[in-house]
Amino acid sequence: MISIKNLKAKIDGKEILQGINLEVNAGEVHAIMGPNGSGKSTLANVLTGHEKYEPTGGEVIFNGKNLLDLSPEDRAREGLFLGFQYPVEIPGVSNATFLQTAINEIHKYNNEAELTPKEFLDRMKEKAKVVGMDNSLISRSVNTGFSGGEKKKNEIFQLLMLNPKLAILDETDSGLDIDALRVVSNGVNEFRNENNAVILVTHYQRLLDYIVPDFIHVIYQGEIIKSGGKELALELEAKGYDWITNGEA
Amino acid sequence: MSDETSIKKDDLQADEKDLINELTDSEYKWGFVTDIEEEEFPKGLSEDIVRRISKIKNDPKWMTEYRVKAYKHWLTLKEPKWAKVKYPKIDFQNIRYYSAPKQKEQLESLDDVDPELLKTFEKLGIPIEEQKKLSNVAVDAVFDSVSVKTTFQDTLMEKGIIFSPLSEAIKNHPELVKEYFGSVVPYTDNYYAALNAAVFSEGSFVYIPKGVRCPMELSTYFRINAMDTGQFERTIVIADEGAYVSYLEGCTAPMRDNNQLHAAVVELVAKKGAQIKYSTVQNWYPGDKDGKGGIYNFVTKRGVCEESAKISWTQVETGSAITWKYPSTILKGDNSVGEFYSVAVTNNYQQADTGTKMVHLGKNTKSTIVSKGISAGHSNNSYRGLVKIGKHADGARNFSQCDSMLMSDKCGAHTFPYIEIDNKNSIVEHEATTSKISEDQIFYLNQRGISTEDAVSMIVNGFCKEVFKELPMEFAVEATKLLALSLEGSVG
Repeated sequence: MISIKNLKAKIDGKEILQGINLEVNAGEVHAIMGPNGSGKSTLANVLTGHEKYEPTGGEVIFNGKNLLDLSPEDRAREGLFLGFQYPVEIPGVSNATFLQTAINEIHKYNNEAELTPKEFLDRMKEKAKVVGMDNSLISRSVNTGFSGGEKKKNEIFQLLMLNPKLAILDETDSGLDIDALRVVSNGVNEFRNENNAVILVTHYQRLLDYIVPDFIHVIYQGEIIKSGGKELALELEAKGYDWITNGEA
Repeated sequence: MSDETSIKKDDLQADEKDLINELTDSEYKWGFVTDIEEEEFPKGLSEDIVRRISKIKNDPKWMTEYRVKAYKHWLTLKEPKWAKVKYPKIDFQNIRYYSAPKQKEQLESLDDVDPELLKTFEKLGIPIEEQKKLSNVAVDAVFDSVSVKTTFQDTLMEKGIIFSPLSEAIKNHPELVKEYFGSVVPYTDNYYAALNAAVFSEGSFVYIPKGVRCPMELSTYFRINAMDTGQFERTIVIADEGAYVSYLEGCTAPMRDNNQLHAAVVELVAKKGAQIKYSTVQNWYPGDKDGKGGIYNFVTKRGVCEESAKISWTQVETGSAITWKYPSTILKGDNSVGEFYSVAVTNNYQQADTGTKMVHLGKNTKSTIVSKGISAGHSNNSYRGLVKIGKHADGARNFSQCDSMLMSDKCGAHTFPYIEIDNKNSIVEHEATTSKISEDQIFYLNQRGISTEDAVSMIVNGFCKEVFKELPMEFAVEATKLLALSLEGSVG
């Protein structure tokens, strides 16, 4: 699905990613963990094309295309989704209008028919139920006045509505209480199937109790320094990152 | 809100997007010139010219005298200079004050109208031929200075509603016109009002009788088409006791090198318990990317509310090189209500100085002001508003909200609120914000598959939503389209 080779990137002139290598196949969930400032969010932003992040080396192949050559919107239309760590408020634009525009743009790019209003509405009702969003939240302006938890739920709601090929979820668990965490995790599990993939960026092991990954990677100083199966998370939880970063492993 | 309504809106959005795409790359799509023989006056203004206009319009004597008085008063006035706009001095002797398409007589049906003229309307997207059949909008189409065709007259007449070109109203309802003409905006009011009173050549007159709810939106399209011809329109809307009317006004103008002057006057009278909703979408030619050409738009709009009456002004201003415009409401009667909803967009070198005046005279009068200014390019956008509470206006309330959005580093947004309160038992609130369109918002929408251009349009439309929701549906669509057009390429 996505093949990242020796990816390097900088922000404000400072090299953050020092050569990331990662292969993600359809049907897989990869968790990216690591201490603060290690480059986790940078990876998410470089892949989705945020203009502040400048790729300086390496390549990324997504669906057989050179991802770094595409505009941010075309990356999204190719099926790349970012669940934002800090979802942005857009006053005056209803969630429904926003999502319908997004879906139709993606369909148009892929030469698919636009959803009829009925199809859109049905999908919206179905997906809203998964993340427990009521209709008032859907007709409200995008994220405007939403609580932290509501914003994160809205990200997962969008994930389900847009049904991308690859979802990168950046600290989707941060700031969530245990109930909200369960709802959000349910949404991600609902999304998972053998044709799509998920990259979870997280600090904490607790998210991985709900969304069980196939692989875990530890990123440190802009490089993946350790990869393993889901049991790696438990080890990290018990021993902390020092255990790896000090080179004792 | 039900799901059905929101879907309807979404459908609409999809249609709008097609329109936006279709209109992409057009600098000023409506910048064409129609090849029609015009009857023109020499340039310049004098008592003789004023009398000639009056003669051509077949004015009754009182109107001729009124024009001449206004002209003489105008001679004593100086151009106002207090607005935050800069432009080269206007040579009022270098302007042609009358031009009309040459037409023999009043036409009975659309078939009799010059096909060239009809083609122009079609290019403008005014489906006048389909108006009768398809829509619920009566159109009084004004081409340059003379009214070409009025539709729906008969339907309206059944209810006793008068909706006609001003010149016809002067002929057919002289007593009504005489009573109200200049009653809200006298020729002594200001420089441009005096000029308009002297040389106005056409306009619309609306009268809604007591207790009648006008069954359709009344709409007039204006268009400037002759080189160097100023357009001086006069609109009078009277809603008698308990009546209701919604009036739409929209403009386009062809591309020209020379600046064109437009000085309209609008007078509204809402009698006891009456309601007038006056909506404007203004897109006069704004000049090119370097600020060359474009319409100078100096407008005086004012309404008077008697007891328990309500006047709502809604305006979307995207055009003109210079906009100088302050639709105002005098809340004369107790419990009367004034509203002002405005979106003003400026791009390139456009300058807008616009706002409102709410004058509270009666008890328990209420006013609401919502102003959204969007500045892009090198433009300057100013909100200037007065809230005045008179000494007898016990319990008066005003709420004002002025938000500005900046799209570039070279544009300016300014707010000049004036508040005069002579009554302690009143409440006046003012809120103002200024924001810059954020890269994070654009990236968020990009990441959901929406292009930067569409993202900007979406964010800006969201910013203006409180105003757009006050517009009738057809106008809301046009407003969205216009906004996208006038801000094209201004970010990124």
